[in-house]
Amino acid sequence: MSGGDHLARTDQAALYHELTRSNLPATRRWFLVTGLLALVALWGAGCFIYMMKTGMGVTGLNRPVFWGSFISSFVFWIGLSHSGTLISAILRLTNATWRAPILRGAEAMTAFTLMVGGLFPLIHIGRNWRFYYMIPYPNSRQLWPNLRSPLMWDAVAINTYLLGSLTFLYFGMIPDLAIARDHATGWRKKFYAVLALGFRGSHGEWRRYHVASTIFAILIIPVAVSVHSIVGWDFAMAKVPGWHSTIFAPYFVTGAIFSGIAGVVLVMATLRKVYSLERVLTTVQFENLGKLLCMMSLLWGYFYFAEFLTVWYNRNPEEWEVFRSYGGHYLPLWLSMVVCNFVVPFPLLCMRRVRRSVPALCLVSLLVVAGMYAERFLIVVPSLARRNIPFIWHNYFPSWVEFSVLAGALAMFLLLYTVFAKLFPIMAVSDIQERLFQATDRTMGGATVETLAREGSGEGGHG
Amino acid sequence: MNHKWAMAIDLDRCTGCGACVTACVAENNIPVAGEAEVEKGRLMQWLRVERYWDGEYPEANAVYLPVPCMQCERAPCETVCPVYATYHNEDGLNAMVYNRCVGTRYCANNCPYSVRVFNFRDHTWEKPLDEQLSPDLSVRSRGVMEKCTFCIQRIRRVKETAAAEGRAIRDGEVVPACVQTCPPGALLFGDLDDPHSEITRKLKDPRRFRLLEHLGTEPRVVYLKRQKGAGL
Repeated sequence: MSGGDHLARTDQAALYHELTRSNLPATRRWFLVTGLLALVALWGAGCFIYMMKTGMGVTGLNRPVFWGSFISSFVFWIGLSHSGTLISAILRLTNATWRAPILRGAEAMTAFTLMVGGLFPLIHIGRNWRFYYMIPYPNSRQLWPNLRSPLMWDAVAINTYLLGSLTFLYFGMIPDLAIARDHATGWRKKFYAVLALGFRGSHGEWRRYHVASTIFAILIIPVAVSVHSIVGWDFAMAKVPGWHSTIFAPYFVTGAIFSGIAGVVLVMATLRKVYSLERVLTTVQFENLGKLLCMMSLLWGYFYFAEFLTVWYNRNPEEWEVFRSYGGHYLPLWLSMVVCNFVVPFPLLCMRRVRRSVPALCLVSLLVVAGMYAERFLIVVPSLARRNIPFIWHNYFPSWVEFSVLAGALAMFLLLYTVFAKLFPIMAVSDIQERLFQATDRTMGGATVETLAREGSGEGGHG
Repeated sequence: MNHKWAMAIDLDRCTGCGACVTACVAENNIPVAGEAEVEKGRLMQWLRVERYWDGEYPEANAVYLPVPCMQCERAPCETVCPVYATYHNEDGLNAMVYNRCVGTRYCANNCPYSVRVFNFRDHTWEKPLDEQLSPDLSVRSRGVMEKCTFCIQRIRRVKETAAAEGRAIRDGEVVPACVQTCPPGALLFGDLDDPHSEITRKLKDPRRFRLLEHLGTEPRVVYLKRQKGAGL
C-alpha cells in the first residue's frame, strides 16, 4: 500500500466517529423510544395470541372476504423491502457515485421489512400452530408440500430473498466492521473483531470483496424481481375477477419499488435528523431518490391506467362489478390511492424545489406509502367482496385486533431498526471514505462544484 | 371400482323450503353460527339456497337456487392448497382432510362458487345437542376449512356393505342427506359411470346447465333449468 495510509487512517477515525453517532452509549431518550416501541410490539403480539386462542372470528373477515388486512400488509411490507437491496444492487452495478451514504440504511430496511412482512402469512393462517405443515420435512404421512400452490412459491421466494438480503447486508458491512474494530473500545471492539472475520483491507482482500459484491449484486436482482412477481401471482393465478390478470407480476414489482423508494426516503431523512448526518446525506441523495420516485410514480400510473382501461373497455360483467365498487363502497380509499400515488406526487416531484427539500420530499413519500397501502388493500379486498355470485357479496372492515397487530408490526420494524442502528455502523463508512477520496471541490466561475477524480473504481465494478 | 358421483338439481321442482339445508346441518355435524356471526357473513352451512327475484313487483317470481359444493372435476381449490388438505379422491370427489388444513383460506378464495366455509371460531354444542353429533365425522376445530362432501360417510358405508355382500352398488343406494330429505324431490344423486342410472338419463334433459360453466371447472352438480312460471 502507498504512503498516504497514515493520513487516511487519521481521517478514517474522524469519519468513523462522525458517521457512527448512532453507536454512542444509549441515552435516556433512546431507552424511552425503544421501550415505547417494544410496548406497542408486545401489545400487537398479545393481540395475536388472543386471536390464535379465540379464532379468526375476532377479525373482520368473513365469507367471501377470506383475506383482509393481514394479506394487504404482507404485500405492503414485502413491497417495502424491494427498495433496499434492489436499489443498492443496481446502484452498485451502475457505479452511481452518490449511492454510498444510502447503501447500508436501505439494505437494513430490506432485511427488517422482510422479517416483518414474512410474519403476516403466519399470523393470517387459521391454525398458526400447524404452520410447519408447509415446510418440506420428512413426516410419517410421506407428504410433501404442494408445489403447485403459489403460496409455496411464495414461501420459497421470500426465504431465498431474506437469506440473500441478510448475506448481502452482512457482506457489504465487513469492511466497515473492520474499521469499527480498529476504532472502537470495550465490548464493542470484541464484538466487531468477531464479526469482521479478520478483514485487514489488503489489496487482495479488496479485490475479492469487489468481485464478490458484484456477483452478489447481480444475483440478488433477479431474486428481488421474482419475489414480488410471485406475490403478484398469489392473486393473478386465482380464479377471482379483478385478480386474474397477466399484468400483475410487473405491476406488483413496480408498486413494490415505488413504495420502497418512498420508504428509503423516510428512513434516510430520519437517520439524517436523529444522528446529524447532514454532511453526508446531502440534497444530492434526496434529489436523486426524488427523481427515482417521480419515475416510479409515472410508471405506476401507467400500469394502473393500462389495467383499468382494458377492464373498462371490455366491460366483462364479473370484473366490472369489482371496478364499480371502487366508485361505490370503496370510493374514499380509491380516491386516496390515486391522489397519494399519482395526482400529488407526480407533479410535485417534477419540481426541482420539492426534490431538493427534505421535508417536502418526506411529505410526498409519506403520501406514497399511505397510497400504496390503500392500493394493496384495494387489490385484496374488493375483488373478494364482489365475487362471481352476487348472493354472497359482503363488505369487510378490519377489527381492533387487526389494527393492533398492524401497529405492532410497524413498531417491531422500527424497534429492529433502532437496535440495529445502535449496534452496527449504519453508514457505509468505507464506501463514503472511498468517495471522499475521489472528490474535490473546484471553483468554476462563481460556483463551487464537487468533481470526482474518476468515475468508479474499475475493479470488479465492470466485471 | 370407480364411480362418477353426480347430483342433478331440478329448479322446476325446488320450492326453496330449505329442508335440504337442515338435513345437511344435522348429518354433517355443522355448527350453528348464531345470528351475530351470520350477520358478519360467517354462516357455516355447507349448502345454501339462493333466492333471486325474477320480474318486477306485481309479477315478481322467486327463483331458488340450491348451491352445494360443485365437486368440480377441474377443481380450482385443489391446486392452490399448499398442504394437500383438499384433494381429488378416487371417486373424483373433491375431498377435505381436516387434520391437514392449516387455514390459509386460499381454496375458499379460489372457489368461484364460494361454497367453502371456514371455522372462524370453536363451536360448541350445548347439552343435550351434543348427543346428536354423528360419530361418522369429526367435529372441526377453529381455523379449519370445510365444505359439502356429497355425504362421503354415506358413500363409504354403502361401498362397504356392497363389498361385504360381494355385489355392485345399486342405483339409488347412495343417498346424501339433502337428497333424502328434499320434499318435492328436486335433488337426484347417482353414478354417471353407470349408463343405466337414473341420473345418467336425467342429465340428457335439454334443460341442463352448470353453474358458471364458462370457467371450465366442470362441475359434477348439474342444474335443470326452470321452465314453468310461479306456482308450478
